[in-house]
Amino acid sequence: MAKVTFRTDECKGCGLCIDACPKGILKLSEETINKKGHHPAECADPDACVGCASCALMCPDCIITVER
Amino acid sequence: MAVVFERPKALLDVPFHYCPGCTHGIVHRLVAEAIDELGIEGRTVGIAPVGCSVMAYDYFACDMIEAAHGRAPAVATGVKRSDPDNLIVFTYQGDGDLASIGTAETVHAAARNENITIIFINNAIYGMTGGQMAPTSLPGQVTQTSPYGRDPKACGYPVKICEMLAQLEGPEYLERVTVNSVAHVRAAKKAIKKAFQNQIDGKGFSLIEVLSSCPTNWGMTPKKAMEWIDEKMIPYYPLGVYKDRSAGIGPGLGGKEDK
Ligand SMILES: Cc1ncc(C[n+]2csc(CCOP(=O)(O)OP(=O)(O)O)c2C)c(N)n1
Ligand code: SF4
Ligand SMILES: [Mg+2]
Repeated sequence: MAKVTFRTDECKGCGLCIDACPKGILKLSEETINKKGHHPAECADPDACVGCASCALMCPDCIITVER
Repeated sequence: MAVVFERPKALLDVPFHYCPGCTHGIVHRLVAEAIDELGIEGRTVGIAPVGCSVMAYDYFACDMIEAAHGRAPAVATGVKRSDPDNLIVFTYQGDGDLASIGTAETVHAAARNENITIIFINNAIYGMTGGQMAPTSLPGQVTQTSPYGRDPKACGYPVKICEMLAQLEGPEYLERVTVNSVAHVRAAKKAIKKAFQNQIDGKGFSLIEVLSSCPTNWGMTPKKAMEWIDEKMIPYYPLGVYKDRSAGIGPGLGGKEDK
């Protein structure tokens, strides 16, 4: 069991976490636009997260927390 | 569930002003993680440069000083020598800052084996001022001031800081890393932590060159910029340890990574 959390309002939508995720379960939200005006990253399939923290290692804004 | 990754304590809860996908943020985090893990926040002083990371002083929880353009190693020298047994001093500098206007300070701090830690962000461009050619811009690289690509006949060749400083007897540790993949970020973290540990151990001058991206001024998506580091930067600026005196690695020292 693992959980990935984004501080959505600080995401700049760079997408580097999406490429880093070995499970391919991250995406930029299509519906949401955050305070900064970006489509923030989100997890499309929370149950599939293995808690490897690859996304967090690549996040330039340090807005990802990972629990396992 | 236990937290396996969170924001390091040595990084203040202040959003970075950097462009989307800029690797300055990744390197800031690695420095903060090293400070946390070594338990040195209360006695660490960081010296911020002029460049996009000029506002590094807003992001780190330790004491910070802003230096004039390129002069961070000189400021670091003064701070360190004021309380050498207690203070841990690092500079964080871009390539325009460290390898152009501040070359003299860089070279002489290395030659003196000043007991400081330098984090050198090589993104092959002047980011803050709008993407002018840097001393580190690659031959053929298109920038605002080399619209037809850098022509070495007119502009000379890139300055390879690690290779150059390795020729000096002074420095203790010189390594070039990058942060364009998970594996590279892990390796960069190890190098940065070692550069701080060396200072704690009184070994002297450690410089970590980080091949970094500037998606905005390179005119690329963050993803493409990470690929460009693999395709263009690493072949010109090979990763690795250029000097590690304690391990006997470097010109004139022999060792398995003698370059
Ligand atoms: C004495 C002086 N000369 C020139 C400048 C203009 N200037 C500001 S930042 C910069 C270069 C920054 O490039 P770099 O160090 O590579 O940092 P980056 O923004 O790429 O991270 C220059 C030339 C200045 N601020 N002060
Ligand atoms: S201009 Fe370049 S170096 Fe500066 S914050 Fe933007 S991406 Fe980073
Ligand atoms: Mg630069």
